[in-house]
Amino acid sequence: MELVVQDLSVARGGLPVLSGVSFSVSQGQALVLRGPNGIGKTTLLRTLAGLQPALSGNISLDREAMAYAAHIDGIKSTLTVEENLNFWADVFELNEIEHAIACFELGSLRSRPAGLLSAGQKRRLGLARLLVTGRPVWILDEPTVSLDQAAVALFGAAVKAHLAQGGLAIMATHIDLGLEEALPLELGQFRARSTLADNFDEAFL
Amino acid sequence: MMALLRRDLTLAVRAGGGFGLGLSFFLIVVVLVPFGVGPETALLGRIAPGILWVAALLACLLSLDRIFSLDFEDGSLDLLATSPLPLEGVVASKAVAHWLATGLPLVIAAPVFALLMSLPQEGYGPIVLSLLLGTPALSVIGAFGAALTVGIKRGGLLLSLLVLPLYVPTLIFGAEVARRGVEGQGYGPPLLMLAGISFAALALLPFASAAVLRVNLR
Repeated sequence: MELVVQDLSVARGGLPVLSGVSFSVSQGQALVLRGPNGIGKTTLLRTLAGLQPALSGNISLDREAMAYAAHIDGIKSTLTVEENLNFWADVFELNEIEHAIACFELGSLRSRPAGLLSAGQKRRLGLARLLVTGRPVWILDEPTVSLDQAAVALFGAAVKAHLAQGGLAIMATHIDLGLEEALPLELGQFRARSTLADNFDEAFL
Repeated sequence: MMALLRRDLTLAVRAGGGFGLGLSFFLIVVVLVPFGVGPETALLGRIAPGILWVAALLACLLSLDRIFSLDFEDGSLDLLATSPLPLEGVVASKAVAHWLATGLPLVIAAPVFALLMSLPQEGYGPIVLSLLLGTPALSVIGAFGAALTVGIKRGGLLLSLLVLPLYVPTLIFGAEVARRGVEGQGYGPPLLMLAGISFAALALLPFASAAVLRVNLR
């Protein structure tokens, strides 16, 4: 399995933000997107996940292969940790959540309502959801926000295990996860030059 | 899809889920109307079908913006859109969950509330039947309105303005069934129209709602 992206252009609010993005990621590799705030990392990731259409270009894998994790985790605060995970496992037709709970050390929290978790614990629950999707390509948008050092290590280990099983990961992060399989991709080089945008006041846009 | 339905129902009955919201609103209206118009039984009985239907409609409207906006705010909607569930199915099961949590309790409680409104005895069957066939349309049309306004913060006002005109045919035929029932006339034709509206909405609107959601999630 290989994800090949060719000449992809993505837009936010109708204006192109990145154009000509090309890369390929093969099994067991992770791609780390780098670039300043506002360059279009989230837009690119949402396009890859199939949440918005690309302006042009090709993505070799179907959206059914992608598991997306955004800034916010889709956690229901009145459901317990276990109920939250069970729901997503049911949606993705996978009935095994014990592995995910063990991976992110949620065992002692499993019957606690998710609304009572700390920010870092919520994030761990959100990331554990990736394991119950059973999908090969992980698309991660700032996955380490609000995680402490130990949790970042847990997450790094989970990504490593996923890659070792032949998975792929594409992530936007500023933290070094200590992955030797990681390939950096600087997005600054793909910044879209819009003739229209040059004529407008930036604040107006 | 069953998982989503189960989750939405669980959320509805847990704290802050809004399960009793529609029902208590219905109760408040029905209790207050006799105070407003006076205790004259004949008058109350005559306006009861209309009042019951308007109250049911507003009770449904009250909880509409929860259908998608809560899931949008906490990111679940993005995740559902990338899940194996078709978005049309997501919309349909959320509308069904809304009906089970809001419409069905109204149908079940309608005879009790009809008693409070001194509805004549002949009207009980038609009012329950018309609510049973009509409230699904309210939930499905409401889900469409909720999908249209999903990205908008505090979109409740816009949602009400968009949805109310679409509710009018359901209200007219629903109240007509109950009124004819009270007066002892045949209520077949308006009942068929009501059922037609519900089934057409249920068959067509999930597709429109899903298309609108896709645009709103971009």
